Amino acid sequence: MEPILEIRNVNSFYRIGGSAFSKGRTVQVLKNINLTLYQGEVLGLVGESGSGKSTLAKSILGMTEYEGEIIHHSRRPQMVFQDPYSSLNPAFSIRRIVEEPLIIYGKYNGAERRQRVEEMLAAVGLGPEFHDRKPRELSGGQRQRVSIAAAMIVRPRLVILDEAVSALDVTIQDQILDLLMKLRREYDLTYLFISHDLNVIYQCCDRVIVMKKGEILEENTVDGLFENPRHEYTRQLLRAAE
Amino acid sequence: MLDIKDLRVHFRSEPPGKDAVKGISLHMESGEILGLVGESGSGKTVTAMALSSLLPNARAEITGKITFNGMDVFSATREELRALRGQSISVVFQEPMTSMDPTMRIGPQVEESLTVHGLYTPEERKQRAIQAMRDAELPDPESLYRKYPHELSGGMLQRAMIAAAIICDPVLLICDEPTTALDVTVQEGILNLLKKINREKGTGILFISHNLHVVRKLCTRVAVMCRGEVVETGDVDQVFFHPQQEYTKRLIAAIPTRNRKR
Amino acid sequence: MLLMLGAMRPDKPRKTVSRQKANGFLIAGGIITALMAALVAVGWFWTPYPTTAMSRDKFLSPCVSHLLGTDNLGRDLLSRIMEGAGSTFLIALCVVLIGGIVGTVIGCLTGYFGGVADAVLMRVCDAITAFPSILLALVLIAVFGSGKYRIILILGILFIPSFARVVRGEVAKQRTQNYVASAKLMGASDFRIIFLHILPNTFQVLFPILTIGFNNAVLAEASMSYLGIGVRPPDASLGRMLSESQTYLARAPWYALCTGLAIVLMILGLSLISEGIQQRRRA
Repeated sequence: MEPILEIRNVNSFYRIGGSAFSKGRTVQVLKNINLTLYQGEVLGLVGESGSGKSTLAKSILGMTEYEGEIIHHSRRPQMVFQDPYSSLNPAFSIRRIVEEPLIIYGKYNGAERRQRVEEMLAAVGLGPEFHDRKPRELSGGQRQRVSIAAAMIVRPRLVILDEAVSALDVTIQDQILDLLMKLRREYDLTYLFISHDLNVIYQCCDRVIVMKKGEILEENTVDGLFENPRHEYTRQLLRAAE
Repeated sequence: MLDIKDLRVHFRSEPPGKDAVKGISLHMESGEILGLVGESGSGKTVTAMALSSLLPNARAEITGKITFNGMDVFSATREELRALRGQSISVVFQEPMTSMDPTMRIGPQVEESLTVHGLYTPEERKQRAIQAMRDAELPDPESLYRKYPHELSGGMLQRAMIAAAIICDPVLLICDEPTTALDVTVQEGILNLLKKINREKGTGILFISHNLHVVRKLCTRVAVMCRGEVVETGDVDQVFFHPQQEYTKRLIAAIPTRNRKR
Repeated sequence: MLLMLGAMRPDKPRKTVSRQKANGFLIAGGIITALMAALVAVGWFWTPYPTTAMSRDKFLSPCVSHLLGTDNLGRDLLSRIMEGAGSTFLIALCVVLIGGIVGTVIGCLTGYFGGVADAVLMRVCDAITAFPSILLALVLIAVFGSGKYRIILILGILFIPSFARVVRGEVAKQRTQNYVASAKLMGASDFRIIFLHILPNTFQVLFPILTIGFNNAVLAEASMSYLGIGVRPPDASLGRMLSESQTYLARAPWYALCTGLAIVLMILGLSLISEGIQQRRRA
């Protein structure tokens, strides 16, 4: 299997308090993380609040400082955020939001961009009637579709889904999960699937990592994790999700 | 204990005919745990607010008939309503962080409903608050009594909210998504606590949630709401395993389970 | 327990009612502003009488030939107000432009990047705002001299902090939103993120403070001219006219009344529009 991302001995610290003039005190949020993601897999990342899963995602994306090595074997990964309300620029139209990555990417002319945007929006199931609307005119599920379109239009190979369906109603969640899995097959994507919902993890992932307080407690295949959990904390999570 | 007949809620800001709750009827026995499930916009929270008469009359028009322990809530006097709200019906909300006053210590907030109604002496109130916190399985209630909300974790705050809700021994406890903002392992503890309160004190619980999983763990009966209407009511197991309505079937099929892989 | 319940409100605002109210504000504000703008615009090209033409008809009360009457030198008051309003308007506009543009840029940069530069610049702003602006303007004029252009520059600089502070706060708030994070992930430059992504989202707070700033500039110019340190003759300004008129308050009350009314209307129009827009946003 071909690795797409390697994380080696990554530590991360969070500064509490402090200002432009003073340092404040630091808390370690990632403790010696080692992890490899392989091309084409869906790796689940489970943890409760404060487990460091979001910090890990941010470290991979270079959005926060860390110590250690993160080796990318692909182009810049993209991310779909949990909250579909703050992740879309409220001043832009849907079309503009999805086109923006291409404009920044800078390889296409206007006509090509428009065509790609239309294809991408069609792929996430948003018809032409949505293209000129603003995010606030859309429902949560529709916004999440826009986020997905904006993340995938530059054809990344790795996409990080940070609780991407957690804020949605179950019926909508069901549709979005189907969409994500469809896009994964079509574009040959690798997902880092962050979720607190073990059942969603079970449905979507190949491998799972359990984090708590900045450490990886267990790394297992999805069937292994659900049938023979190795760590007591994993068992506790499984019981709660029953 | 609680009987709702043809409850309608219409927000005055909306055009006529567009009701948030479209004439629902529900029935609750005392000591029962009824789950009210639905997706966002289904009207489940509005129903609960109408029940606890939290909806200001200026904003919403509420019609129908609610009978609580034989009393017609809509024709009750202000005083009767006040007594009803503070002593017979209590509410626990989703966000423990925002439902508590950050500038007030935990103890006085737990006692609040006693204080408001001028019950007992301060010393007795404190004893009752500590007892309620103990009932809510909070560790070391004496020292928690003097702490501020920001010193507690989300799960502990939610327990403190529950303590505040049960201090007056309500007949009905309305819980509006009380576990949604919490981690799963913490969620588990809160559900067990609610079960215990129901079992030991016989408090009826109206549990509102979008999470069918949680509802199934806790409730004996369930009412499924969709777009302001109750589409299906019944025994939890019956609704889950033999849903009658199309919407319920879809809703249940959408719950992530370990029966399938995508 | 029940005291906490106030926080629970159905999140649907009362659309219809406040929209009507907002429209009322907008229409009233629009009419007043259009009226004043027309007065100013016409005044630049044409006035009923030459503004400096004196005549023997001193202190004429409003009549058909002089709609607002005449002043102590027999000059037509309407013509004078048209000219004065024009220069007051121009000064206020330039002040707001200078303060608004520079303040917005400073606010954007400090709000986005933060750090030491942010801390230092904000303390400088604090220092400037700590002084009453008229007093500070007085000092600066004493040092640099008065005149229309100096006043524009001085007031413009004094107005920078108020804009910088508001924009900085809003930018710092927007910066934490996920849409900014996704723009970063796409590889957008800081410049692009600040001015293309974040800036349009600050207009909501920027517009009201621009109108407030304009109103303050009108008042500041008027008070400085009233104090005799503003626009100098032969330039007209509403503030200077107001100052002149008070000598003749008993003989020609319409003089002060009309001038004051012109200032009030100029401010009121924009305030109403700004209020209307904010109400509409909320609806």
